Amino acid sequence: MRFSGLRVLREGLTGNKGWAPHWRDPEPKSEYDVVIIGGGGHGLSTAYYLAKNHGITNVAVLEKGYIGGGNVGRNTTIVRANYFLPGNSEFYSHSLKLWEGMEEDLNYNVMHSQRGLINLFHSDGQRDAFVRRGNSMIAQGDDAVLLDREGVRKHLPYLDFDNVRFPIYGGLLHPRGGSARHDAVAWGYGRGADQRGVDLLQNCEVTGIDIENGKVRGVQTSRGPIRAKKVAIVVAGRSGQVAAMAGMRLPIESHVLQAFVTEGLKPVIDHVVSFGMGHFYISQSDKGGLVFGGDIDFYASYAQRGNLPMKEHVMEAGMTLMPMIGKAKVLRSWGGIMDMTPDGSPIIDKTDTEGLFIDCGWCYGGFKAVPGSGWALAHLMATGEPHETARGFRLDRYRTGRGIIDEEGTGSQHNLH
Amino acid sequence: MRIEGKGLIDRRRTVRFQFDEIGHTAFEGDTVASALLAAGRKLVARSFKYHRPRGVLTAGSEEPNALITTGRGAASEPNVRATVQEVFDGLETRSQNAWPSLKLDVMQLNDLVHPFLGAGFYYKTFMWPHGFWEKLYEPVIRRAAGLGGLSGAHNEDKYERAWAFCDLLIIGAGPAGLMAALVAGRAGADIILADEDSLPGGRLNAETLAVDGMAGSDWAAGVVAELHGMSNVRIMTRTTVTGAYDQGTYGALERVSSHLATPAEGAPRETFWRIVAKRSVLAAGALERPVAFPNNDRPGIMTASAVRAYLNRWGVAAGKKVAIFGNNDDAHRTARDLAEAGVEIAAVIDSRPDVALPSASWPVYKGSHVVDTAGRLALRSVTVKGPAGEKVIAADCLAMSGGWNPTVHMTCHMNGRPVWREDIAAFVPQEGAVPGMLTAGACNGDFSTAACLSAGADAAKRLLGDLGMSVPRLRAPDADDSAYSITPLWTVPGKDRAWLDFQNDVTVKDVKQAARENFRSVEHMKRYTTQGMAPDQGKNSNVAALAVLADATGRAIPETGTTTFRPPYVPVSIAAMGAGAQGAGFAPQRFTTSHTASVEMGAPMIEAGLWYRPGYFPRGGETTWRQSCDREVGFVREAVGVCDVSTLGKIDLQGPGAAEFLDFVYTNTFSTLKEGRVRYGLMLREDGHVMDDGTTARLGPEHFVMTTTTAAAGNVMRHLEFVHQVLRPDLDVRFTSVTEQWAQFAVAGPRSRELLNGVLKSPVDNDTWPFIACGTVTVCGVAGRLFRISFSGEHAYEVAVPSRYGESLFRELVSRAESLEGGAYGMEALNVLRIEKGHITHAEIHGRTTAFDIGFARMVSAKKDCIGKTMAAREGLTDPGRQQLVGLRPVAPGGQMTAGAHLFETAKEATRVNDQGYVTSVAFSPTLGHMIGLGFIARGPERMGETVRLVDAVRGVETDVEICAPVFVDPEGGRVRG
Amino acid sequence: MRLTCPVCGERDRREFYYQGAAVAMRRPAPDAGAEAWDNYVHLRENPAGETRDMWQHDGGCGAWLVVTRNTVTHEISDVELASDLAGERA
Repeated sequence: MRFSGLRVLREGLTGNKGWAPHWRDPEPKSEYDVVIIGGGGHGLSTAYYLAKNHGITNVAVLEKGYIGGGNVGRNTTIVRANYFLPGNSEFYSHSLKLWEGMEEDLNYNVMHSQRGLINLFHSDGQRDAFVRRGNSMIAQGDDAVLLDREGVRKHLPYLDFDNVRFPIYGGLLHPRGGSARHDAVAWGYGRGADQRGVDLLQNCEVTGIDIENGKVRGVQTSRGPIRAKKVAIVVAGRSGQVAAMAGMRLPIESHVLQAFVTEGLKPVIDHVVSFGMGHFYISQSDKGGLVFGGDIDFYASYAQRGNLPMKEHVMEAGMTLMPMIGKAKVLRSWGGIMDMTPDGSPIIDKTDTEGLFIDCGWCYGGFKAVPGSGWALAHLMATGEPHETARGFRLDRYRTGRGIIDEEGTGSQHNLH
Repeated sequence: MRIEGKGLIDRRRTVRFQFDEIGHTAFEGDTVASALLAAGRKLVARSFKYHRPRGVLTAGSEEPNALITTGRGAASEPNVRATVQEVFDGLETRSQNAWPSLKLDVMQLNDLVHPFLGAGFYYKTFMWPHGFWEKLYEPVIRRAAGLGGLSGAHNEDKYERAWAFCDLLIIGAGPAGLMAALVAGRAGADIILADEDSLPGGRLNAETLAVDGMAGSDWAAGVVAELHGMSNVRIMTRTTVTGAYDQGTYGALERVSSHLATPAEGAPRETFWRIVAKRSVLAAGALERPVAFPNNDRPGIMTASAVRAYLNRWGVAAGKKVAIFGNNDDAHRTARDLAEAGVEIAAVIDSRPDVALPSASWPVYKGSHVVDTAGRLALRSVTVKGPAGEKVIAADCLAMSGGWNPTVHMTCHMNGRPVWREDIAAFVPQEGAVPGMLTAGACNGDFSTAACLSAGADAAKRLLGDLGMSVPRLRAPDADDSAYSITPLWTVPGKDRAWLDFQNDVTVKDVKQAARENFRSVEHMKRYTTQGMAPDQGKNSNVAALAVLADATGRAIPETGTTTFRPPYVPVSIAAMGAGAQGAGFAPQRFTTSHTASVEMGAPMIEAGLWYRPGYFPRGGETTWRQSCDREVGFVREAVGVCDVSTLGKIDLQGPGAAEFLDFVYTNTFSTLKEGRVRYGLMLREDGHVMDDGTTARLGPEHFVMTTTTAAAGNVMRHLEFVHQVLRPDLDVRFTSVTEQWAQFAVAGPRSRELLNGVLKSPVDNDTWPFIACGTVTVCGVAGRLFRISFSGEHAYEVAVPSRYGESLFRELVSRAESLEGGAYGMEALNVLRIEKGHITHAEIHGRTTAFDIGFARMVSAKKDCIGKTMAAREGLTDPGRQQLVGLRPVAPGGQMTAGAHLFETAKEATRVNDQGYVTSVAFSPTLGHMIGLGFIARGPERMGETVRLVDAVRGVETDVEICAPVFVDPEGGRVRG
Repeated sequence: MRLTCPVCGERDRREFYYQGAAVAMRRPAPDAGAEAWDNYVHLRENPAGETRDMWQHDGGCGAWLVVTRNTVTHEISDVELASDLAGERA
């Protein structure tokens, strides 16, 4: 079924009885060309691009719960391409371009809104670091505008310019940065993949990976064994556990990142604002809730919930930067499991097992990568060669020290990225 | 309408408040909701999506409809529950989400086109033409969305955060909580009894049930009085426990003064509490659920328990002619209470066909349902359909009871999953969901008063046992013990919409449509329809929505899923949870001993991490920072400058293993360092990248003082502790941070010795105190330390004294420097001086650079192991193609350079693939008369003399620069030895 | 979240610094080879369940601690001084 304004009108006039399922719930087949473990944003977009770009449609996406139930549905919805190191720059740049055509491509309104993202800086040194970043973005073909203090004031007059603990020197505006409706991204890709013949198998937990003579043969699942020529592990925070089924240890520690949303409010924050000194970022959803977050809780966790110290720290950062949000009330907080790598950058690669691929290590930046990651992994699985935008995301870079992509500069301690 | 003789309000004390500019009189103890109902006001709000007229639905914090804005200007607060906000003299309140007025809201047009605005409609449209989403559709949607508005002004109210500790936290002061508190209080346990309401007692204040032969509210008041007399009991009213966290930590929000006309001096509006409890009892009660029948959202339709609460607690009849619709006995209780108070009962409609009921003087319709309602801005009538057919019954209030949902929320906060109980058609807490917490009373599915009382006592007894405390004997009071009889009734079919989530305007049809579109998982359905995502977090609707989904997908409720709730239980203001951080409170401020003196000299103080340091010291006639900076550089190059360098980390290391320890944490060797000498050291992270650098002085055979950069002081200290305690506990070394114990000043320049010899007891010369010498000295009569080290490349010293002498020494040194044609210098000059000399800072060692990159590969000793050595030898970290440190200077005279610019070969386009490096630091060198810079470029050291293109696209600077050695001034290093 | 420092007693989580898995106790010899070092610095068991990790009581006594902890429930079952275990290399 094709969605359109006309369709909404027609269905509205006929009692909304004609809407069809967004996707089928097929029974698992005994064999697929490709099995993707993980029905999150990345897994679904991989399936979609395998079908769309490479004509590979005998594909199953295995999801232990419901599709889109992981980090793609538990984030602060920021979409940006403001990285500065080679390896990241080209990848996120490509991903953002895919975002910009996503609605037409998927025939699904993911409400991608390029409202502009402003990263604030608070010292001369930080300004220089952001200039370096901005120049990387421009050299990559993306956009970056340096704002001085008055420039920031014009965009964000509500910040506390006079009393904030770390004075605002300026900001780097990324006009094409913005936000999107997170769940819709998963549903749009899921629907698109399903329409192209991909089987979305929900409530299907992988319990083992079958490997013979160094080659992957298939997977064991809670819904029976499934043979496959190629298998991809795309399970974010659960990467370590699933990789262990293939006898692998990964350079990943799983951490909890909390996010927050307030009650609905009339429009008050138009941009995405990022306050590096406080690890605080905020935007306002179309429904009116302020959506914001901070740093990870810093201890390894699979609990999908966090504790008060980081919650309070995030609120503190909000209060020093923009004390006008004081009377907004936090409605809900939640946590996602972040697959933190030793350099804060992801992995899209083959493994030592033939036919087994891995896409992980997105730390807490995986949402904006959904289209680019699926595109690149599909390319790698279909052609055997890394996609040109994802050549840097190699698994062996830590062992060799070649091509480490450490944007934060904090080194190999997983939780510091 | 007020009912004489009813309620727990103080009728002797009237207060005046406003709602939408209209003045109302109320009594002390009223909420805005009870006062408006007393005034006969039905319409109080508009719904979120369809802008339907709405009235008060409940009598508690779960209220989905009656959200209002209180106060004015910066004090205005949106989305306040009228059912919680107590009235006070002068309180101003306003309706929200309606324009131009609550009655005439133009956005109610949405309600007319509702067929096109069903579940998820926005995912299917607004996609064409490209770009219209941001320009047209989204701005319109955003303006229409949202509930109340923020004022946009900085917060001006006071909020606080606080800690509390107890043996036992009791959450809820209803019958179960009061009994638990009574038992534990008499046992001597340290107790906090927290209740959201202003008046402890819970439903005992809202019902006419008796306890021990007296009114329930009187019994509660008696228990509270006894508890107040116990020093081990703290009763916290107006305090909502909002979340359960690990190891017995709870969050709680206390409304301290938001209900007062004149708060006590200094009192916060709200306090966010962190309560640490050894054990806890959840006695949070239960919430009555509405029934989803067509047009069940009109003003005047309320939960039956709310109708009783307004009657019994506040002496208010919610209507003149009340109809009651329910599937359990509470419907009849409501009728009895109202009738006794003289309110006319229009009808009691019981969905159960075969229920046995005592005779009543009002019409009772068994096996019947409300199938429609009428009245645009207030309920006029209900349509009842039953065995005898359909009938329209006039009523201005409909009390509905769909049964009770135990308040299980807190038991979900640590991933507990509630369990379905068929007999009460509700979820109850999973046992042990929160370690250390027991659940008691209605929140556990025990709905009779007697059961609540005994469950509270039992929970307290069990927990006292856990804590090893003796349990007092206590007779359980006599109370009602009638059984709870319910036949599930979730929806009533009909043509029109039946609301589940009142606040987000989610109807039964929406949930069914979601199921049809294969959003069959309860989480999918929630996200697709927004069911349960509104400010009440689905308290009023989640269970019913789940039941509708179960029905639509042909599954039983437990098979369909469960409901879960995230903290906080009620929304918590950001100002409360972030209290204290507004303005400067966000992070500690660290001041050097020379701070006041620097400020007096007019220096702008610049943040350096948590520290404040002077940027420069302006003098008369200087109009730009550059003029001051250039002059200060000149002081150091030509005379003498004084600079406070106390912010550098200082770590004192002592013990027989100290030298070996330093050898292990630094790449270079310190065991060979002679006593009385200083050495520069480079420290790596275990992953082989540079962590920090600094000098370490050997003051004695087993005594060293290490300096770190200002930024890395804390990290280095922690790292040293790690290396010692975890990796090398065999080494006998002790160390401590002495950063704040010593004030340290750089005295730099050709006349530095001349200056110092004026303050030192024993003058120094080049033989007694050559470059890199250090030792103890007497300075101005105080025992201090002197280090001959230099960051500027000049003949220089750093002199340290205990911090208490810092300020006076600084003033003395500056005044002496001034008499020698020098003076104080700040961060700007310090930075120019170090760039001129090619000294690195964290602009260069930014966490991604190796010793190889900064030209210090030879500093990694081959003779010993050290932290980071093995990983630094990885092929990728020693690749000659890496970007390495170089100096840069403009090719054209007067050429500009900027930090953050990137470097390209001159003939190539400035694109990522051609990117060769970047500029880390630049300065105008007054010594050389042109810009100089440091940066990294691929194969840098091989490219001396090569011209490359500097491109700073964000600043619009593009120029040719020459690669040169990174030392611009005195490359031979003669001056430091002068 | 609260941890019990063996030196100072039970304290709130915000007094503690978290570093990572207790694999940090077992530093390989300099010549142990690339695989051993990759294991030490980068690769992690990352269990969903009981784990041992390194914390420092940096807001208190400064002791480095080995905490036995469940990553799913956040239950803490043991806290030991790293210096006590350093001999046996945890």
